[in-house]
Amino acid sequence: MTPAAATATTNSGPAVAFDNVYLGFDEGDILRGVSFSVPARETLVLLGETGSGKTLTLKLAAGLLKPTRGNVSVLGHQVSSMSEKELLSLRERIGFVFQEGALFDSMTVGENVAYRLREEHVKETEIEPRVQEALQFVELEHTADQLPSELSGGMRRRVSIARALINRPDIVLYDSPTAGLDPITSQTIISLIMRLRDVYGVTALLATQRLQDGFALANFCFDKEAKHVVRVSPNRRPKDGQTADATRFMVYKDGRIYFEGDPQELSSTKDPYLRRFLV
Amino acid sequence: MAARSVKNLATGPRYFQDALDQMDDIGVGSLPIVLISGFFIGAVMVLQTGSQFTRFGQAALTGDIVAIALVRELGPTLTGILVAGRCSSGIASELGSMLVTEQVDAMRAMGTDPSRKLITPRVLATVLMLPLLTALNDFVGLLGGCVASVFSLRLGAVEFWTRAIKALDFADLMQGFTKPMVYGFILATVGCYKGLNVRGGTQGVGRATTQAVVLASVLIIAADLFLTKLALYLGDKLF
Repeated sequence: MTPAAATATTNSGPAVAFDNVYLGFDEGDILRGVSFSVPARETLVLLGETGSGKTLTLKLAAGLLKPTRGNVSVLGHQVSSMSEKELLSLRERIGFVFQEGALFDSMTVGENVAYRLREEHVKETEIEPRVQEALQFVELEHTADQLPSELSGGMRRRVSIARALINRPDIVLYDSPTAGLDPITSQTIISLIMRLRDVYGVTALLATQRLQDGFALANFCFDKEAKHVVRVSPNRRPKDGQTADATRFMVYKDGRIYFEGDPQELSSTKDPYLRRFLV
Repeated sequence: MAARSVKNLATGPRYFQDALDQMDDIGVGSLPIVLISGFFIGAVMVLQTGSQFTRFGQAALTGDIVAIALVRELGPTLTGILVAGRCSSGIASELGSMLVTEQVDAMRAMGTDPSRKLITPRVLATVLMLPLLTALNDFVGLLGGCVASVFSLRLGAVEFWTRAIKALDFADLMQGFTKPMVYGFILATVGCYKGLNVRGGTQGVGRATTQAVVLASVLIIAADLFLTKLALYLGDKLF
């Protein structure tokens, strides 16, 4: 499989950029002047309390919502000013893992994973092996003929990841992928996200309430040769010069960016609000 | 939404397989309730009208009146209301559930236009299936009427059918098969609209389902008045 990042890096500028973005509903603004950018191959971990706007940020990045004010740019396209028809083709380059999986409950797991390929009229002979490959990636190849309702919550999230990666997207947006899962299943999900990042080099935005998910992504990586997860050596990044595939954290508070920085800055913070996430 | 569902037919991508699946669900799935109801409505009509005609010694006219009432009015409207009860609610609850579980967003996130994938096939299937269901309802209604007239009014089956068929002209058939197309459009678009505008989680899905059935049924009855007036006007002018 060709690393998806190859396509992303052909675009100059960041993979995702928010410029003074506001988003509000009847009850008032949820996001208030949010500005940030995510370079290709970087993982941005969005932290915040429930209702702080993490999911909305992901939906804005996918063009599922339009900002009230400000600009959202994804892979060089001004998402905020694109028509729905133009967005449909851009979304082919974006994978979205929804909080509860959002699998189509009337389709089998295999059909769910193959959905995007069938929409793109890929030949049936090509679909089967690609579905198997994606399901093998999440270690669920034996579930292809099962319905989503027959799977556990963790398995549904893994199928959702397989569905998101089937067409090798440049960017993957994860909406609380470990919410409500037990620690072991959460670890499995994070390992998959790590593999997706390190094997295919995707850019990722991960919304979560669990700080340990972000630290796991920052401190571990998937060793392609050894084929398992290993702790990142403190010297790895400077030595390899791979600053682009770093993991950064961003914390929302009251619809604004309260903190933006690397894992070391966050872990050493003395700020009482941020310390609440570290407990 | 209604206009977009029609506009989508002009350009691709089109989801013919989804439309066929919906035709199976809406058409074949509604067959039992339409046939059973149709049979009993036809029979009841004969009992109600036959007793009046018998008083004037004109029991044979029962076939005429039942055929005209069924084909022009009762067949299309009752089929529309029955299918609204089954399918408007089904469409609203299915799409509403998809909305609250983010399946509609997932569809959009994967580059699919939900109006093409979810709305157009349902509208197309209902518009095409309702006239066919109405035709079967009319036939079974006349069959029920025939059985009732044979056993209750002591009329001959051949006489009943002969009078029933002779009583109908082309304008009646036009009216009888145009109405269900409009009703099909109403009940599918109402179901889709209510389903895709659900607010308030699973409770909202239940509310949308009820609203879809009530609104579709009321709109069908209201549309019937205008369609009947239009059909009678056109019938006088054209036929």
